[in-house]
Amino acid sequence: MTPQPGGTAPILELVDVGKSFGDLRVIERVSLAVPSGQALGVVGPNGAGKSTLLNVIAGQERASRGSVHLDGADVTRRSPDERCRLGIGRSYQIPRPFTHLTVFENALVAAQYGGRLRGKAAQAAALDALAVAGLLPASNVPSGQLPLLGRKRMEMARALATQPRLLLLDEIAGGLTEAEADELVGTISSLKRTGINIIWIEHVVKALVQVVDRLVCLASGVLIKDGAPDEVLKSEEVLRVYLGSELE
Amino acid sequence: MSWLNAVVQGVLLGGFFAISALGLSIVFGVMRIVNLAHGALMILAAYGSVLLIERTGLGTWSSLLVVVPVMAALGYLLQRLVLQRAVSISELAPLMVTFGISIMIPNALVELFTSDVQALPTGNLATRSVSAGGIAVGLLPLLTFGIAVVLIAGLQLFLARARSGRLMRAAADDSQALRLMGVDNRVVYAQATAIAFATLALAGVLFGVRQGGVAPFDGQVTVLLAFETVIIGGLGSLWGTLVGGIVLGVTQTLGGEFSPEVPLLVGNLMFLAVLAFRPNGILGRETRA
Repeated sequence: MTPQPGGTAPILELVDVGKSFGDLRVIERVSLAVPSGQALGVVGPNGAGKSTLLNVIAGQERASRGSVHLDGADVTRRSPDERCRLGIGRSYQIPRPFTHLTVFENALVAAQYGGRLRGKAAQAAALDALAVAGLLPASNVPSGQLPLLGRKRMEMARALATQPRLLLLDEIAGGLTEAEADELVGTISSLKRTGINIIWIEHVVKALVQVVDRLVCLASGVLIKDGAPDEVLKSEEVLRVYLGSELE
Repeated sequence: MSWLNAVVQGVLLGGFFAISALGLSIVFGVMRIVNLAHGALMILAAYGSVLLIERTGLGTWSSLLVVVPVMAALGYLLQRLVLQRAVSISELAPLMVTFGISIMIPNALVELFTSDVQALPTGNLATRSVSAGGIAVGLLPLLTFGIAVVLIAGLQLFLARARSGRLMRAAADDSQALRLMGVDNRVVYAQATAIAFATLALAGVLFGVRQGGVAPFDGQVTVLLAFETVIIGGLGSLWGTLVGGIVLGVTQTLGGEFSPEVPLLVGNLMFLAVLAFRPNGILGRETRA
């Protein structure tokens, strides 16, 4: 991508990205540009390729075709740890904390390596991330002992501690009660206000639309709709792919 | 008195078993790799000392200053260049690779050194002893036990406090998630392997000193005892490795009170008993999900 004059390259740009596993094409041809400052929501039925798309962005899976650009730089062939250091943070749908490390240590590892911070600065960044995620009181608990909400928060805190410019959230509200989801929405909204770019996959659409500026719908590996959240949710294409299954 | 003596000797022997087993415990704990070449590599390190003593006039102890770092470097490279690839192929591949190494090393040693025992001289250290309360304790076993305690305490401190130690614990939990924290897990693995190889190098030379020398196929017994130590003590705990070593050592020396022929046998029976009744080991944690 040629950076545009004024230095306003999109924070993330996918150009004709495809991902196949053998003969199974999970993502067909996805092109998508996310301008800096925009919070993007991704919806789509199960098996649409949403998590795979995040994997291709974060680098756990390498795109079979096309290219991925972060802030104008081609990162298609970068490893996930390199992309993390370049500013992509990702949370897992099913939380994967380092269970034998304390909550603070989890965030500290993220700050020291992903965030490339040293000494006191790393500790401060880890504590900041825990504070934002509401985990400060649990700092010294082994993260394996956290309940589900705590683990979801741990995922977010850890991703935040890597000092991301782009935060990828994978179904972070799934499995939470309505009150818990509301709390999380508040946290994510405040992150957005601090200038972190967010791409959020979510089945709990009610939570999603409170935060995102733009919504895309992925079905069978293809982007079938892209636009303002209300417009996308009401569109015929989107209602059709969801058929009977309820949009919450 | 002879019973008490047997227990004391067994505890000290346990120190040696623990040092022999540390490397195995680390490699399995961090990378989930079962290193079948562990014993052969111990013996390789002892031969390294033999070679240095012959060629450079270094003593057995001073040769450790070369052998330990060289083996650590070998571990680093082996992990980066060979085992890392094997891990990415399948879970069984590293097992095959280390099994292959365990066959190559002793056969290469036979070619280079013949199958005769090669001496590792340490003056009269191996025979000196101190007496306390009517029990004579060999200086070398006492020293070995001391090294075991200091080494394990040091490694525990490293894992608990050091940046790279923390990464090793994190990698043991979830190496893929670690990559998303900006860490190249392959480097962490290689560092852990280097540490494991440093400890097994020390163990190999200590083994040679205890026996008065080494022979190419000695690794077949040392690897077995190292496995038993790790499993009796419980995976995932370095102090457990010391406990495992002590239990195995005491079982063997108590068995020796009955007949000089049975120590290995009763040691193996103890191992089977632990497998049957406490499969996670004495200090073992619950099996990880």
